[in-house]
Amino acid sequence: MEYVIEMNNITKIFGNFKALDDVTFKVRRGEVHALLGENGAGKSTLMSILFGLYQAEKGSIKIKDNPVKINNPNDASNLKIGMVHQHFKLVHNFTVLESIILGRETVNMGILKKDDARKKVIDLSERYKLRIDPDAYISDITVGMQQRVEILKMLYSDSEILIFDEPTAVLTPQEIEELMKIMKELVKEGKSIVFISHKLNEIKEVADRCTVLRKGKYIGTVDVKTTSKEQMSEMMVGRKINFNIDKKDIITGQAFLEVKNLTIKSKNSKRNMVNNVSFAVKGGEILCIAGIDGNGQSELVYGITGLIPINEGQVLLKGKDITKESVRKKSMDGMSHIPEDRHKHGLILDFDLKQNAVLQTYFQPRFQKNGFIKFNAVTEYAKKLIKQYDIRSPRDEDSIVRNMSGGNQQKLIVARELDKDPDIVIAVQPTRGLDIGATEYIHKQLIAQRDQGKAVLLVSLELDEVMDVSDRILVIYEGEIVGDLDPKKITVEELGLYMAGSKRSDKYES
Amino acid sequence: MRAKLLQYEGFTSFLSSLMAIAAGLLVGLIILLVSNSEDAFPAFVMILKGGFEDGSRGMAQVLYFAIPIIMTGLSVGFAFKTGLFNIGASGQFTLGAFVAIYIGIKWTFVPEQIHWLVALLGAMVAGAFWGSGPGILKAFFNVNEVITSIMMNYIGMYLVNMSIVKTVYDSLKNQTKPVLKSAILPKAGMDKLFNTSNVSIGIFIVIIAVIVIYIILQKTTFGYELKACGSNKEASRYAGINEKRSIILSMVIAGALSGLGGGLLYLSGSGKYIHVLDVLAPEGFSGISVALLGMSHPIGIFLSGLFIAHLEVGGFNIQLYNFVPEVIDMIISVIIYCGAFALLFKQIISRLISKPVDDTDKKNIDGSVPIMYSGADNTFVEDEAEDKTEQGEDKK
Repeated sequence: MEYVIEMNNITKIFGNFKALDDVTFKVRRGEVHALLGENGAGKSTLMSILFGLYQAEKGSIKIKDNPVKINNPNDASNLKIGMVHQHFKLVHNFTVLESIILGRETVNMGILKKDDARKKVIDLSERYKLRIDPDAYISDITVGMQQRVEILKMLYSDSEILIFDEPTAVLTPQEIEELMKIMKELVKEGKSIVFISHKLNEIKEVADRCTVLRKGKYIGTVDVKTTSKEQMSEMMVGRKINFNIDKKDIITGQAFLEVKNLTIKSKNSKRNMVNNVSFAVKGGEILCIAGIDGNGQSELVYGITGLIPINEGQVLLKGKDITKESVRKKSMDGMSHIPEDRHKHGLILDFDLKQNAVLQTYFQPRFQKNGFIKFNAVTEYAKKLIKQYDIRSPRDEDSIVRNMSGGNQQKLIVARELDKDPDIVIAVQPTRGLDIGATEYIHKQLIAQRDQGKAVLLVSLELDEVMDVSDRILVIYEGEIVGDLDPKKITVEELGLYMAGSKRSDKYES
Repeated sequence: MRAKLLQYEGFTSFLSSLMAIAAGLLVGLIILLVSNSEDAFPAFVMILKGGFEDGSRGMAQVLYFAIPIIMTGLSVGFAFKTGLFNIGASGQFTLGAFVAIYIGIKWTFVPEQIHWLVALLGAMVAGAFWGSGPGILKAFFNVNEVITSIMMNYIGMYLVNMSIVKTVYDSLKNQTKPVLKSAILPKAGMDKLFNTSNVSIGIFIVIIAVIVIYIILQKTTFGYELKACGSNKEASRYAGINEKRSIILSMVIAGALSGLGGGLLYLSGSGKYIHVLDVLAPEGFSGISVALLGMSHPIGIFLSGLFIAHLEVGGFNIQLYNFVPEVIDMIISVIIYCGAFALLFKQIISRLISKPVDDTDKKNIDGSVPIMYSGADNTFVEDEAEDKTEQGEDKK
């Protein structure tokens, strides 16, 4: 029995689109097998077929040499296939123990036998070195711990094939390291792991073999140890990717954006979401705010851009106090905002491309006359952006934005925001969910802004992005700035300590 | 090519509406067959003929029925385009009707030539005022406009009943007094054309309203702002659009449209009076049907209003065969019900004729970006995956 999973010649068609085209995927017993590909390469679709959510048009699946038909997740579960989803599925007001046994409760005459379950859970957690507190509530534990709960849940139901769907996206470097250890431990115990990711560092560290998909096609399976990151990324993208971002030396100009003692109170609790934050972004500088999600970076940006009211403090744009200005005034004064959630804030999904292109400028004389929109001018402008920023869509300027791919939606926002020729660009996770090609493109655009002497405030959760793109890093933890760091002089591990709140720069000692 | 595609999209919308109508009529036929199989077919033909049954008088009757429901339909549809569900059309309509009648009777100081115009304007202002309430509550306190506008319907209805009794009451017939001749809409020869007194320039005012609303929504920055707020409030705020102002103005305009509808109906000089009864004006609710069937598009609303009025005239006529006119209400309900499946119909239709369109699409796919498999699709896959797993777990 060489392979635990054999998916042979899988083809899956949605409408007229081949999501998977003759893909073969084989996992050996006791290995970590990485599944690598850009967004839309078909990774999720392939795993959805394995998990019984979709049925393939062509191809066959063998589990432990037995041909099987997986019609729904229950079948998958019976075949001992378990999946940790990217977004955890946990009940927040349940304890860890209750969450783990949910769906597989052992009962005696309708009454839960929690003691047996507790014993089994504790045994499992010791065996696989998954530290948990069975009586803590899900809402109180860290994301890393929640993920361990999810893993235990799979183990509790005796899964032997574990699928991890981009498990590291939400973790700190320390937590990622721990997860890697756990995965190695699981494999040692005879489990097989499918590790879906597009982060080459992690694959390099933990995986034994790696299957690469590109646009629904099977590109190849390689041995991770003997293959370089560059080779793998070339397989994934289909061309060479430049990992080193070229940057000119920092030209320090005047402070374009200054934030002074900014405080934003939480609506629900007494805690301040943003607590007395001060910093300045200078011309020719990319200042990055790093931190784990939920530490006040979103609120900070909403406060600066005017989307939520601020309780105390000042925001200055090129020395001018704009704290109380309207969103539109700020935008006209030279502030651009690439929002965190492009569907919620950045775009009107049911509008077409050209109407989204003028979302903040439609009232300017070049696009309207006496209250009537000059559609010709709008169309011309949209065409210009499409050409200049290489935005691809089914029907060019008439495409409904909802039908565009995530990368091109983001490109449209970036195009719109940068074309305003702003003094300061506030970009919040501008590459979230984007593939390598689009990420590279957006980084280049941000750096071009900087090279023109403009200021960029980048908020990011991706450590690679933080380290590569920024000129200076501020770390935010629980609404406070805890570190002012130079990316050239700091390691990722050290940055992680700041982000987790276990280290502070002297200047920010409280 | 693009123009063709646009036509094609409108075409599928139109086809799916037709499918809904066919389904509704089929159900109507079944009801007729069940209640009296002998006369069912002649009655059904009569429904189909509707306003054509009675020559020009029938047509006039269709227009008469259509005018108020097109206006309330525009009101509901306009609010809907801007993300608001205006169930308060009934109250706004009633307020408009009352103010029109009040001005039509009491404001004798207005020059006779423009008396009707002043009365209509009064109706619009009254409707706008009544619509503004839910708008203000929604904008400043985030109170759901559905609830407030329903309540405003009742408040409006009782307020109007009370005011009628105090001001323009005909206690003998328990209704409003007739308006002065100068306040009745000019006929402009329409009565001679249709050979009946039911018609007036009202239909032209409706057409003007349809065009104005169409232009506001499609051509102006104001309409752009309203639609942006309706489609995505957060993104509008991000874009610096004053979403509070947009919500209030949207409700004010919707209210004015309904109010104008009330004015047009009660000033048409057809012997229609407001009865002092504790019943909400049905025109307001018909407006919802009209807007749904017309897919909230001004021109669609105009056509669907005419169509529903046509059916109503037919429903009136089938009483000849001893059928009750309520059959029509059932047919209309089924049509609306199927209209809710319009998306489904749309998908079926576009799948049936999809191939040529995809060829045009392929031209734009230059091989590097798989467009069909967009980011949105990706999340959809994930979401569905989540749902299914949850179901799977539940079953166990």
